[in-house]
Amino acid sequence: MSDNDSSPGIPDPEGAAGIIDTDYEIGQDNIETSVGPFNLDVHNPVFLVSGLSIVAFVFLTLAFQTEVGPLFDSLRKWLTSSLDWFFIISGNVFVLVCLALIVTPLGKVRIGGKDADPDYTYFGWFAMLFAAGMGIGLMFFGVLEPVYHMAFSEPLGVASPFDADGNLIPENVAAAKAMGMAATIFHWGLHPWAIYAVVALALALFSFNKGLPLTMRSVFYPIFGERTWGWPGHIIDILAVFATLFGLATSLGFGAQQANAGLEFVFGIPVSITAQVILIIGITAVALVSVLRGLDGGVKILSEINMLIAALLLVFVIIAGPTGTLVSSFFSNLGAYAREVIPLSMPFGREDDGFRQGWTSFYWAWWISWSPFVGMFIARVSRGRTVREFVTCVLIIPTIVSVLWMTAFGGTAIEQVLTDSSSQVREYVIASYSPELSLFGMLADLPMASVTSFIAIILVIVFFVTSSDSGSLVIDTITAGGKVDAPMSQRVFWCTFEGLVAIALLIGGGLGALQAMAVSTGFPFTIVLLLACYAIFKGLWDEPR
Amino acid sequence: MFKKLLIPIDLSHADKLEKSISVAAYLAKRDSIPVVFAAVTSAAPGALAHTPEEFRKKLESYSAGQAEKHGITASGHAIFSHDPTADMEHALLTAIHENGADLVVMQTHIPNLSDHVWPSNGGRIATHSDVSVFLVR
Repeated sequence: MSDNDSSPGIPDPEGAAGIIDTDYEIGQDNIETSVGPFNLDVHNPVFLVSGLSIVAFVFLTLAFQTEVGPLFDSLRKWLTSSLDWFFIISGNVFVLVCLALIVTPLGKVRIGGKDADPDYTYFGWFAMLFAAGMGIGLMFFGVLEPVYHMAFSEPLGVASPFDADGNLIPENVAAAKAMGMAATIFHWGLHPWAIYAVVALALALFSFNKGLPLTMRSVFYPIFGERTWGWPGHIIDILAVFATLFGLATSLGFGAQQANAGLEFVFGIPVSITAQVILIIGITAVALVSVLRGLDGGVKILSEINMLIAALLLVFVIIAGPTGTLVSSFFSNLGAYAREVIPLSMPFGREDDGFRQGWTSFYWAWWISWSPFVGMFIARVSRGRTVREFVTCVLIIPTIVSVLWMTAFGGTAIEQVLTDSSSQVREYVIASYSPELSLFGMLADLPMASVTSFIAIILVIVFFVTSSDSGSLVIDTITAGGKVDAPMSQRVFWCTFEGLVAIALLIGGGLGALQAMAVSTGFPFTIVLLLACYAIFKGLWDEPR
Repeated sequence: MFKKLLIPIDLSHADKLEKSISVAAYLAKRDSIPVVFAAVTSAAPGALAHTPEEFRKKLESYSAGQAEKHGITASGHAIFSHDPTADMEHALLTAIHENGADLVVMQTHIPNLSDHVWPSNGGRIATHSDVSVFLVR
């Protein structure tokens, strides 16, 4: 470290934050060069290795589809079914860590130093973390999951309200409804947000308070010491880029298919590869504009617009749906979740393998594989909050919003399924399983279906844009060695690259295979996150409170 | 002729600013006006500093050094942006007004192909600012 003020080196640490004294200077491993007229400032070797291996993986997947697809798929299935106990226990650890941070004096530590002011208002902050975290999933699973769990999953052995012929068994209805909602909220409530909170807090703490670069590797400084800046750190960062890019690109590919299905359902636009490629190009183009406009002028504004449209759709469903039932069931669903969250969190002594391994364990691996991306993004926008405020807001508020969303969308759909045997939701979730149409099926049985379905398609697309733009910023920061002021051309590269990977996989096949691989990265990251919990406590302990 | 001069600088490329600072010092001395060194950065740790306070201090130190070297009155103005890459132009335009500067002297590169896609910061400041802008190549 240099203390010579006339050089660009980092001067001696100062201020009311427990800055880590390391010889590493942010950007010291970066290569600053120009490719044609475009400037580059990238980390060596993270940028090159992650970029080249992503290209290699895409080519291999396209070339050996018949071999690679089943391989990745069985890897994912093996991990989520054989190691379900590991994912479930880890998920519980993350929730307990977060709760401990709320109630202990460590919660008084402020991210960014004792006198730091919050960078964003509550609304802007919450809109960004929610839009990046799970917005699109709520659109896809908000209707599907409550109905599916009620009718098929039988979580904790609670019987389905339908017999083998699809006839209603009245005495099973109440318990199955409550469990369907509780099980869904379980997957979208405290546990996923605790995963995000752990990653985000660890990154924010080690960057804004300890002065380390804003990349995944920094969290491991208490464990690896100076080796963090060598290959152990390179591998963590490359893995984070991998999980983020493949997670985003495959979701974008599937998202285009879903949006296309919605467009066919509403406007009769036929499902075709051409339409899906156009959708990906459109989403990528809007995301490009957003990243070029930056965090405040693009990502934040789009996230806020997104939240407003989602709120309008939510209010519409509450008013147009069974309003009285929905209002009262918000509290009963919250109660059902509170009652079932501990039994559902138990890794052993259960017989609901299909639900526990196929859904819960899969979800935990999925959330964890997304956590470097969402966590880094949340970290970047959370400076100035205390740890207690941060964890409470990242954990509790999104959980309540998820309960509200699931109650409105899932509750309406469940009422439609139970009261109308010819309802469209019943058709798309129970009779002929078409999950991408479940939301549109629910809206179709409410008034003004063509308007709301169109809004839903727009919302799906905008949610993808908000994931794509924030993801590009995150990948750019990781591959620039934690620099947040890397040249504009780099974020354009990552945003475009993500769209191209999605198009290649959509045309050539392999979306499922690489998504399975992305989810499989949830396993190594679970270990990473458990170590991060230790690092958080160690890091917070040294901070002024 | 002018009342206050502002020089936007990138501290990580301080070695490349000599020409623009010499021009600015010449103009400042001629009109006996103060100079403000404005620098945009992020609150996240970077190559230059761990924290905003460190960055501010470093900029002050740099400004004092330049003032002594060129015999001018100078101060530093640090601007903290959530996204410096995207917000540079807006942050500098705000700084020009906040400081009441009526002349900007700014180092810029020789235009190349990329300027058709992303105009230089200097070019954009000159386009959008309502004060005089002197671009030094």
